[in-house]
Amino acid sequence: MSKPAAMPFTERALAQLTLVRFREFTREPEALFWVFIFPILLAAGLGIAFRNRPPEVLNIAAATPELARALTSEKLLHVEQLPQEEAEEKLRTGKVALVAEPGVTGAVVYAYDPTNPEGRTARMLADRAVERAAGRADPVASSDRLIDEPGSRYIDFLIPGLLGMNLMGSAMWGLGFSIVDARRKKLIKRMVATPMPRQYYLLSFILSRLVLLVLEVGVVLGFGALAFHVPVRGPVAGLAVICAMGSMLFCSLGLLTASRAQTIEAASGLMNAVMMPMWICSGVFFSAQRFPDAVQPIIRALPLTAVIDALRASLLQGAGIAQVAPQLAVMAAWMAVCFGLALKFFRWR
Amino acid sequence: MPDSGGKTPLRVRQLRKTYKDVVAVDGLDMEVHAAECFGLLGPNGAGKTTTMEICEGLTTADSGEVELLGMHWETDAPRLRQRLGIQLQETQLSDKLTVSETLRLFRSFFQQGPGVEEVIGLVQLQEKAGSRVGGLSGGQKQRLALACALVGDPDFLFLDEPTTGLDPQARRQLWELIERFKLAGRTILLTTHYMDEAERLCDRVAIVDHGKAIALGTPRELIASLGAEHLVEFSSARVPNAASLLEIEGIHDVHAENGTVRMKVSELHRAVPAVLGEMARQGIPLTELRTHSATLEDVFVTLTGRHLRDE
Repeated sequence: MSKPAAMPFTERALAQLTLVRFREFTREPEALFWVFIFPILLAAGLGIAFRNRPPEVLNIAAATPELARALTSEKLLHVEQLPQEEAEEKLRTGKVALVAEPGVTGAVVYAYDPTNPEGRTARMLADRAVERAAGRADPVASSDRLIDEPGSRYIDFLIPGLLGMNLMGSAMWGLGFSIVDARRKKLIKRMVATPMPRQYYLLSFILSRLVLLVLEVGVVLGFGALAFHVPVRGPVAGLAVICAMGSMLFCSLGLLTASRAQTIEAASGLMNAVMMPMWICSGVFFSAQRFPDAVQPIIRALPLTAVIDALRASLLQGAGIAQVAPQLAVMAAWMAVCFGLALKFFRWR
Repeated sequence: MPDSGGKTPLRVRQLRKTYKDVVAVDGLDMEVHAAECFGLLGPNGAGKTTTMEICEGLTTADSGEVELLGMHWETDAPRLRQRLGIQLQETQLSDKLTVSETLRLFRSFFQQGPGVEEVIGLVQLQEKAGSRVGGLSGGQKQRLALACALVGDPDFLFLDEPTTGLDPQARRQLWELIERFKLAGRTILLTTHYMDEAERLCDRVAIVDHGKAIALGTPRELIASLGAEHLVEFSSARVPNAASLLEIEGIHDVHAENGTVRMKVSELHRAVPAVLGEMARQGIPLTELRTHSATLEDVFVTLTGRHLRDE
């Protein structure tokens, strides 16, 4: 071999290739928007839409003062005492959910629409209040523990899902587009005509993604924590391993998807075809458990499902690396298979 | 002076390459001597680029042998890559990088070579060093491509259609740069379909058609092979008697087609007045008269019956 290069590290091939990836990314304003701003907008929108509301108070009407008095003890009901005619009118127009009327010999009659869930709820609440006012004692003592703490709301479910989706999207689009664009411009062929080691070319994409990943994860989790108090319960090291593994896995999948394509159109079609099933099935916006049992093994084996499950376990349940080992194994398997196939099929011209 | 690997840095024997049903290279032979600029001249689709890419180790031949700097692609690829400068046809470098960032990247692949600033100076892009590649003109992009080929201080330079698509001024500027590298003792293999480019830059030229080298020599030798230095063309209302024209001294060949008469002429100053006199004698008025010195284009036309840029 000839003398070892006296070049400083920053001039060496892998460092230069990785630097170039950064420059190309940061000089593309659209890419910055999709990677950093878009997930925040999405999380903010969905977080506001699905925010937890205080329990609603139901409007009901009572036809007698006695009934009205008995019913006011129930905090979840707002009782109005009205003449029977007027009360019935309000029930028909939906202004009240239920009308309590005196029946024969001290009985109570509840008038409501059984197809209206508010009516049925009001019926249960009203009946309980009336019976208790009349002296009913409950044989089993009961009390309520109300859950609205961070970690179990929709936004808590959503943030890890969005994070996983973002890891997938930015790795696959970022790699896929750059590679197909370079191939279309015959730039890959030009690089291969130099002494550049080919694996460095592929590796530079993965390295630059890993660095950007820190920012990307920080932005999404930081936003979740600041705006919605979404918890980060697991050890940071475990979270870092999950994110790094996930990102490398999707980089490999992106490399494989872009390994042959010669046009942006062909590549984006393929990318969408690969990602679409995961957007739907992997539990980004709703639990993957909702799909039939028969397809659960397939859904569990999807790479995005593994990433999101591991992220939820880490962020929400405080799981460490050991607890998410099965998901990490799924990720490692996908990564190895995709990277191997990508190297085999990659079109270097 | 760079080491060019003996007297014959590039030796190509019986090269053959077929794409599906198209024969791109059909038994091509050539030898490039040390420190010469060797040109492959031929129309588009003649097999020039395929030949070049086989020599550059980017495409594998179906059969035949390539010996480059005394080495072979099958066994010495990494060592060979360090010593070659390659400029491909139609490479678009990344628009978002600056000129010096692009060169720093290419420089990082080579163990030795000039510094980035030095290469920028060589191709006269100092003022554009900090500009994005996307904002360069066609000629500046082409000079940057040339710079990328020079960062490894190559012993052998491949230039594939270096001036295609450029305006005349940019072409002349690039020619001057390439001439300077010739003077520095580098061996160059160049493809072109411009005869003036080949005549100006190349020490020797192989005329390539249908994947074969059909003529080889210095531009001067090839033109001399026509047997006459000048070509005279005229148009007339009627076609004159060819036999009477051939009797004129210095006229070697008369070819009439679509009302245009082409003649190969060795002594222009005698032949033209005689032609005019003969036409007047036959009572045929001339509508057009053109004359030019013989070029490689005429050599190609004579060999193939076609023009270099018949698409």
